[in-house]
Amino acid sequence: MAATTVPDKTTRRHAGRAAGPRAQGGRGGTSRRLSQNIQAYGFLIGAILCFGFFSWYPMVREFIMSFQSTKRGVTTWVGFKNIKTVYHDPYFWTAWKNTGMFTLYALLLGFAVPFLVAILLNELRHAQAYLRILVYLPVMLPPVAGALLFKYFYNPEYGLFNRILKIFHLPTSQWLDSSHTALISVVVAATWMSMGSATLIYLAALQNIPGELYEAADLDGAGLWSKIWHVTIPQTKLVLSLMLLLQIVATMQEFTNVFLMAGGNGPENSTMTVVYMVYQYGYHYNNFGGAAALGLFLLLVLAGFSGLYARINRNSD
Amino acid sequence: MADFSPANRTLISSATLARPRGKVIYWTVLSVVLVVFTLVFVGPLYWMVTSGFKSVHEVLHNPPTLVPKDPHPANYKTAWTQLKLARLLWNTFYYAFGALAFQLVFDVTAAYALSKLRPVMGNVVLGAMLATLMIPSAVLIIPQYMTVLDLPLLHLNLINHPWAIWLPTVANGFNIFLLKRFFDSIPDDLMAAAAIDGAGPMRTLVSIVLPMSRPILGVVSIFAVVNVWKDFLWPMLVEPDPAKQPINIGINSLSQGVPQNVLIAALAISALPTLLIFLLFQRNIMSGLTAGSLKG
Repeated sequence: MAATTVPDKTTRRHAGRAAGPRAQGGRGGTSRRLSQNIQAYGFLIGAILCFGFFSWYPMVREFIMSFQSTKRGVTTWVGFKNIKTVYHDPYFWTAWKNTGMFTLYALLLGFAVPFLVAILLNELRHAQAYLRILVYLPVMLPPVAGALLFKYFYNPEYGLFNRILKIFHLPTSQWLDSSHTALISVVVAATWMSMGSATLIYLAALQNIPGELYEAADLDGAGLWSKIWHVTIPQTKLVLSLMLLLQIVATMQEFTNVFLMAGGNGPENSTMTVVYMVYQYGYHYNNFGGAAALGLFLLLVLAGFSGLYARINRNSD
Repeated sequence: MADFSPANRTLISSATLARPRGKVIYWTVLSVVLVVFTLVFVGPLYWMVTSGFKSVHEVLHNPPTLVPKDPHPANYKTAWTQLKLARLLWNTFYYAFGALAFQLVFDVTAAYALSKLRPVMGNVVLGAMLATLMIPSAVLIIPQYMTVLDLPLLHLNLINHPWAIWLPTVANGFNIFLLKRFFDSIPDDLMAAAAIDGAGPMRTLVSIVLPMSRPILGVVSIFAVVNVWKDFLWPMLVEPDPAKQPINIGINSLSQGVPQNVLIAALAISALPTLLIFLLFQRNIMSGLTAGSLKG
């Protein structure tokens, strides 16, 4: 405030002599607006600096790094060399296949199960609060606790899961130790750890469905399935489609659980995801250009999903 | 909690449930759900806590035992000292609440400026902040890491410094989106009235906007703490010093060197703070998280 009074006085003196009160108001308004803008940017500066350093600049740098190579401290432009290197990496398609399978399994379990659980919980007239807390408990675990606990359960020799299978006379499994089952084992554990949040979001959406719709369906003689199909799903479509996109984007970036439970690449590289490969390029091969190029591929694929989502949503409106 | 007046009826009507057959089915389903859910969601936690009490021999024994035969509470003490859990938990706490403080100060003031002070180019700044939501976080990990190694212009190396965790959390487009949308709903008349009374923008923010914004501040705070508590790859990269690691990274890097029973005891201890906080504040946390993520 103190800074604004000085120019204010000078403008008033000049203006008063030159053009009268109208100009005075105009000049005073400009300087007041200027000081308001300075003040507003004072409020913004912390966030702008953080976004600048840790978001905007890295975004630009991601593109630049993809076309650069750094050897012994000297950075040179290498054109499409990094992109070719990662594309011809023998594990490039393995990583994409694993990421795709992980996403698919995670959707089959992590998308369908929470929705069904939410429908079930919504029908129960008792113990709702208790059941919600139960479903949400694992979400509150630090990832290391959930992942290493499941690793212990999955142990083929002394683990709990093989014991349970034995009690029911079912064939036991090698779980994380076999290339056939490692990926799905990680997905099951990851779903257990995270399904609580999706369940609660679906529950909130279900509770917003107007009851009259179900009454109308009853009058039309609709059965349970046809009510789910014609009332529940259409009424929650927006939330369902948004969650589908969010889950695809999140599971395509899987790293933590495969790293904690399967050591990253898993038996015969069966759990190596794209983000784990990015990590390997950066921190094992010290090839940051290659890591950035791989990130660019991931960005394109995920942008594709987001674009598809936006398009479908626009069409259906 | 939901009360089942006819207004919020669901798939199955109360009339159907009132019939004898409906009653039988309902109570059967309810008991099955209660048993199965308790087994699925509490069972593993029970196994974690009890396995922490087992001896090395028993924890690796096949078949596994439901109740520890000869409880060893000392495992928990060993885990606490051997894995330096006090240090790891303190680090996690320090990072989480530091990140919370930075986000509350910088993101709240930024969203307030964008919503109420509306400076020139404010919409451009807002657009650029929201655009970051489109970039998946894993894609930016590598260039962000390079940035933290050598901060442009300032040439600071933030590795092993808490700033490397705190400051990037401020660059959160979702916070800006949630806060700005909430501030937009506060009537401008209220701002004008405050201005007439001689309150500057800071005074208006502190005395008028913040007290009205408690719900959204709660949501942002829960997200801020939970995100840091659950983050893995980023803290692993930027805090390589074992004395500075948060719980997730610290336990994992020491997990190979300790016996299984001690490791599981450590996992149980690491899970305790968040589980306790959740059970105490479950109502706020669950409603906050659903409200926040639904509208995202």
